[in-house]
Amino acid sequence: MLAVDGVSKRFGGLMAVDGASLALEPGGIVGLIGPNGAGKTTLFSMISGFVPPSDGRIRFEGTDITAEEPHRRAERGIGRTFQIVQPFAGLTVCENIAVGAYLRHAKRADATARAREVARRVGLAAELDRPAGGLTVAGRKRLELARALATEPKLLLLDEVLAGLNPSEIRDIIPVIRGIRDEGVTILMIEHVMQAVMNLCERVYVLAQGRMIAEGPPAAVCADPRVIEAYLGHGAAARLKAEGAAHG
Amino acid sequence: MTARDLIPIAVLTVLAALLPLVVTSSPVLNFLVFMLIVALGAQGWNILGGFGGQFSFGHAAFFGTGAYATAILQLRYGVNAWAGLVLATAAGAAVGWAIGFLSFRSGLRGSYFALVTLAFAEVFRILANAASFTGGAAGLLIKLDVHPANLQFADRAVFYWLVLALVAAVLLLTRWIQRSRFGAQLVAVRENEDAAKALGVDSLKVKLRAIALSGGVTALSGCLYAQYFLYIDANIAYGSWISVELLLAPIIGGVGTVFGPVVGALTLHGLGEVAKQFAGRIPGIDLIVFGTVLVLAVAFARGGILGLLERLRDRGRGMVARGAKEVSHAGR
Ligand SMILES: Nc1ncnc2c1ncn2[C@@H]1O[C@H](COP(=O)(O)OP(=O)(O)OP(=O)(O)O)[C@@H](O)[C@H]1O
Ligand SMILES: [Mg+2]
Repeated sequence: MLAVDGVSKRFGGLMAVDGASLALEPGGIVGLIGPNGAGKTTLFSMISGFVPPSDGRIRFEGTDITAEEPHRRAERGIGRTFQIVQPFAGLTVCENIAVGAYLRHAKRADATARAREVARRVGLAAELDRPAGGLTVAGRKRLELARALATEPKLLLLDEVLAGLNPSEIRDIIPVIRGIRDEGVTILMIEHVMQAVMNLCERVYVLAQGRMIAEGPPAAVCADPRVIEAYLGHGAAARLKAEGAAHG
Repeated sequence: MTARDLIPIAVLTVLAALLPLVVTSSPVLNFLVFMLIVALGAQGWNILGGFGGQFSFGHAAFFGTGAYATAILQLRYGVNAWAGLVLATAAGAAVGWAIGFLSFRSGLRGSYFALVTLAFAEVFRILANAASFTGGAAGLLIKLDVHPANLQFADRAVFYWLVLALVAAVLLLTRWIQRSRFGAQLVAVRENEDAAKALGVDSLKVKLRAIALSGGVTALSGCLYAQYFLYIDANIAYGSWISVELLLAPIIGGVGTVFGPVVGALTLHGLGEVAKQFAGRIPGIDLIVFGTVLVLAVAFARGGILGLLERLRDRGRGMVARGAKEVSHAGR
């Protein structure tokens, strides 16, 4: 469904993403993890069209979309959330979500009905008429999710939708994400909350310093020495192993 | 659109239409017509600036284009004045689209966009002032030939009703924008362009539509100005005075609201006129009033007069609700 083929992004002297590749089949939840500054958000921005790659190709359902505008990609069915939430602060929650719903529903009544339905699913039903600017962090994260969902995407890119939420809020939202997957939406999610990654993702990619260093089932990837070193520093894997042996 | 959306517009239009039956003095009617023309132009500004968040400092570019288009079409090509009205509106929309294409495509926003519009208006003013085609510094006189077919009426009230009808039509247009997909997308672009794009909004297309509509409506007001006063020159048609008026009225009345530009134009010119009555010997007293009202609006009434009224109403409702609660508590 999505094929990212050796994309790179250079910001001045910094290679934020360096020849990263990734392939998604329809259905399922795939994780994208990696240390801070690894280039995860930049990779999302390239997939959704906000940042043009310096190199490489991106294909969606067989079509090369590397040079397409963000709104065209949304029309094709690529939805995204922003790590730094971007609400339409002056509008109500309902109006915010309706902007997404208008993509597939031209009539106001239909778009509004769709927005209400989505709000109910992500747990924003009680806030529908409140201004989006007045939502809590958790509310804003839900709003990001709701707006993207309202565009009825085939592929949903979630950038740290759990960051900043407390454990009970995370527990509330995990079934929502699962429900979206069960409806047939393919999900690629950036996440630092490992418990959620283990819980939700069938497969994860690991990005470190712009390079894709590992890929596979979450448990296997977390045991991969290269991944441990990427997070904890050079030699960490060997140290952990030695410590493990000493304790055992 | 529902009945609730339409009724306020209908009621206010009918009330305003009754005015000439009461007021028959020419200076007062002149004043009312001028004020409605400014209101109409400001409604045009509000479509782009209020709903789209793209503040223009140069709406004179459209006002002047409308005024010159109708004058030139009539004088040089013998086009009928009513046809001139339609063509002038179209010319304003085309100029709007072209300015939008040049500036939005290169990603100009905020103060950069404002400055570019200002520059366009100034360039047009200088060109119109220099070219013989536009009558140069002497300006253009539309021939006085009172006949309904020439859009010149013996009774000033008829012109008043015409401008009023067009203001009402644009009130309806604005209400439609507010209730449509186009409007939702336009407001989304205003609030956060990247977020709008991620939701599939073609922000360039939406902004181009808005500036074309905006340019068309403001050109229509310029055309009516030329048609009513029968004389224009570059400093009237493309002068910065009109750019300022068209932006002040919505800001004072309530930016991005349906009635804001009309309320703002009414307030500004109403107060300006009162000031002139009381202190007419002080030159520029109306400008001092404009400035004072603007400072007050920016300092105390974000969202303009309509925003202020809404806040007062909400507070009033809050008090009523609290009062009701206390009563019901006391009753228990
Ligand atoms: N627009 C930009 N201009 C210059 N540098 C940028 C830009 N965007 C990102 N970077 C840099 O590129 C690198 C990758 O950033 P990115 O946001 O993609 O990381 P990330 O993996 O999402 O990190 P985090 O987990 O903290 O969100 C960082 O060093 C960042 O400072
Ligand atoms: Mg990030």
